[in-house]
Amino acid sequence: MGCGTSVATETQVKRLQTDEAVKTPSPTLTMKAAILIQQWFRRYMARLEMRRRYTWNIFQSIEYAGEQDQLQLSSFFSFMLDNFTHLNGNGPDLISQLLDPVVDPWVDRETCYNLISIPESYTGPRISFPLSVSDTNSLLCAFKEQQTLHARYVMQLLYETKKLLKQMPNIINLSTSYTNEITICGDLHGRLDDLLLIFYKNGLPSAETPYVFNGDFVDRGKKSVEVVILLFAYLLLYPDYMHLNRGNHEDHIMNLRYGFTKEVMQKYKIHGREILQLFQDVFSLLPVATVIDGKILIVHGGISDQTDLDFLSTIERHKVKSALKFPRRGLEQLDIDHSCRQAKRMRSTDSSRPSSCRSHKSQLTPNQRKRQCRLSRQDSAASTSSSSSSSSSLCSPRTPSCLSPRPCPSSPNMPYNILQVPFLDSLSSVPLPSPPQHEQDWKQIVDILWSDPKTQEGCSLNTFRGGGCYFGPDVTQRLLLQHGLQLLIRSHECKQEGYELCHGGQVITIFSASNYYEEGSNRGAYIKLGRELVPRFYQYQVSRTTRKLTLTQRVRAAEGSALRVLKEKLFAHRSELMVGFQQYDQNDTGCVSVSEWAQVLESVVRLDLPWRTLRPRLANLAPDGSVEYQSCFEDMGPEVPLPQVTPNLAETLFRYRTDIEIIFNIIDKDHSGLISIEEFRHTWRLFSAHLGVAIDDRAIDDLAHSIDFNKDGSIDFTEFLEAFRVVHKLDIKDQQPSEKTDREKYS
Amino acid sequence: MADNQFSKKSGEISTIIYSLGCFPAQADLHDFIAEVRTEITIGYIHLERFLPVMTKVLLEQKFPPIPEDHLLQAFEVLDKEKKGYLEPEELSKYMTQEGEPFTQEEMDEMLTALTDRDSNLIYYKDLISQLTIDPDM
Repeated sequence: MGCGTSVATETQVKRLQTDEAVKTPSPTLTMKAAILIQQWFRRYMARLEMRRRYTWNIFQSIEYAGEQDQLQLSSFFSFMLDNFTHLNGNGPDLISQLLDPVVDPWVDRETCYNLISIPESYTGPRISFPLSVSDTNSLLCAFKEQQTLHARYVMQLLYETKKLLKQMPNIINLSTSYTNEITICGDLHGRLDDLLLIFYKNGLPSAETPYVFNGDFVDRGKKSVEVVILLFAYLLLYPDYMHLNRGNHEDHIMNLRYGFTKEVMQKYKIHGREILQLFQDVFSLLPVATVIDGKILIVHGGISDQTDLDFLSTIERHKVKSALKFPRRGLEQLDIDHSCRQAKRMRSTDSSRPSSCRSHKSQLTPNQRKRQCRLSRQDSAASTSSSSSSSSSLCSPRTPSCLSPRPCPSSPNMPYNILQVPFLDSLSSVPLPSPPQHEQDWKQIVDILWSDPKTQEGCSLNTFRGGGCYFGPDVTQRLLLQHGLQLLIRSHECKQEGYELCHGGQVITIFSASNYYEEGSNRGAYIKLGRELVPRFYQYQVSRTTRKLTLTQRVRAAEGSALRVLKEKLFAHRSELMVGFQQYDQNDTGCVSVSEWAQVLESVVRLDLPWRTLRPRLANLAPDGSVEYQSCFEDMGPEVPLPQVTPNLAETLFRYRTDIEIIFNIIDKDHSGLISIEEFRHTWRLFSAHLGVAIDDRAIDDLAHSIDFNKDGSIDFTEFLEAFRVVHKLDIKDQQPSEKTDREKYS
Repeated sequence: MADNQFSKKSGEISTIIYSLGCFPAQADLHDFIAEVRTEITIGYIHLERFLPVMTKVLLEQKFPPIPEDHLLQAFEVLDKEKKGYLEPEELSKYMTQEGEPFTQEEMDEMLTALTDRDSNLIYYKDLISQLTIDPDM
């Protein structure tokens, strides 16, 4: 078939060369030439498409893996909160403030914004309450000019927003009969340019142009504060025409990792904390769903087979402050799981590697785990019911813990409802679980905010993200039928065209942050819905450059970025990977087969990526076709190797640098960028205990002292992080002399 | 890449075949798809049907890559006046009317990719070597 075509072309073309008299080629020749060119170009485009897809895969996998890491980190916070709230000893710190479950968002916090005076020198926007159109206009202008709204106004705005949200139900019902078309937008993630573009293309929020914003206004993008201020301002201005759904990033614990907390603290050095508290309250008070004409359901993530809209509308939504803070019951299970897992780990051969813990954990069924756990409890008063089994899987991040499994001493004075949990060198008390009611509420909300649709039928736990479910077309069908709905609109997942339909058109994903992963990675889109309830899609893409990039250029740029991130991930797991490779390479040849290489990567890095396809970009081949596995790490190295640092420590610090940064930011109360050596040491011990990583205390101390360049007892944390930032050697022009020594040191 | 392990959409088949190093023409693709599709699954192709047919294609090297010089000659055929370049309108006419015609989208993409920004011409000689270099192969 194909052979015929190309052979014919070849013959034809050769004939042309010999016949110079032919001025105009015959029609058949032209046709054959055209086919050849088309064939070639189509193939070229297909290759490009493949590269685009795996680039997408890489970004998305790493993004969701990050969300899993977030779960791990938040379990650490919860643990810290319950067992050790005062890191510094003097006064409540940010941890207690942020994670304190006692303060109810419903309760009015004392906000003294009235006492904040605005200096004469302030050139930013000034607004007055109640807001008017001129206020929102001045905010728009100001933000376009890169100005920042004064803390006093921010706090007042949040205070007013909180008051308004308290009056709203969990599920907002809208009707198209009184309004014109409703515009529905998806994730914005702090992209002010995209929001402004939407307003420009579609019009500002008003009676003529009502909007629904479907969550994830903050995190990741650099202008989360501005985006959310605008959204809340319009909410206050037009409460009937502006509607906001809560997203999984409207969550103060997610904000710690994904940038919103940092952005607020950087823009508002003095009042940052108070502002964050207000945001925390406001986020938990956001409605979780919108229904249009009783026919179209809009939620941020999705649904599960347990989703019940009637039940959902009755719960106290503000009680679920964070999806990542488990209800007390789950938390207690978590701690028990830790000590159980640790017990199992200690008995295994290799206790220093976290990965061995993971494999052990997966072998235990939830029932087995519960049974083991009961042994270490003092009292089996509150038995774990089966409904908690799902939350236990949710609560079970692959977090090994270094709690030593000391048998709990039975003490006659110990009240029966307190659990003794070992922590470092002492035992701490953890109160026993709260009633199951809160857990059901929590699950309803988490499912709504975190779930993703899948193509297969059924409903399974969303282990990829660490929260919510994967819901199949049957689940969608059932829910829509149950409530007389015809369509589910959700966001939560980035889509290349800005939107995507699935489940036979019953589910629409709408995503409004263009260029989310990388410049040119995707379009953004919004939906317009009129009385006939037929969605119309509008796409756009913000571009930084005026020059239009070709598809090739865009794919190349995105691909480069994705591969870079992926390589860093490999580097961060270098030791484990090397161990894995060496298991297949008993003769120490430095090579393994492609399959073996792929297998090791898959098991260590745990990203579902097309490794064989990516292989040419990641590692070199030996002449015999096997993979030289060391070449994965070749073009990466630490920026400035610190003399006393062992490779293992460097790698661990690199791998957890985001988490460490978060923790440090919390400890650094005045956000000066400096922490004391004592704080550094203390935090590191806590964190490494939680991770189950055995790091010599003295190595940490040496490290701390070596970083303290001016020897005044405090560490400039930014410099510390920089020291462990891994760079790509190919970027640095003048690396020749030191390259060899680095490789020697770290090979 | 596929939606689920066991089936792939018909439209994605061409991407897959191309990615495996083959250069089928559209007619070849149609034949291929006809061979693997069943009546039961409209729009989807099952992996177990796809694999044997694809393996055979690869082993027989049915759709070998196009050598650079053939490609060059093909362009020269279209470049009747032997200018050394093609104008966008010229190329568009051929690509959308001759052979296995491009859709408007494909044509736009080709023009964006191949047209030199300053002169608004397509210097095919330089382009071929640039675009044929495939780091994956």
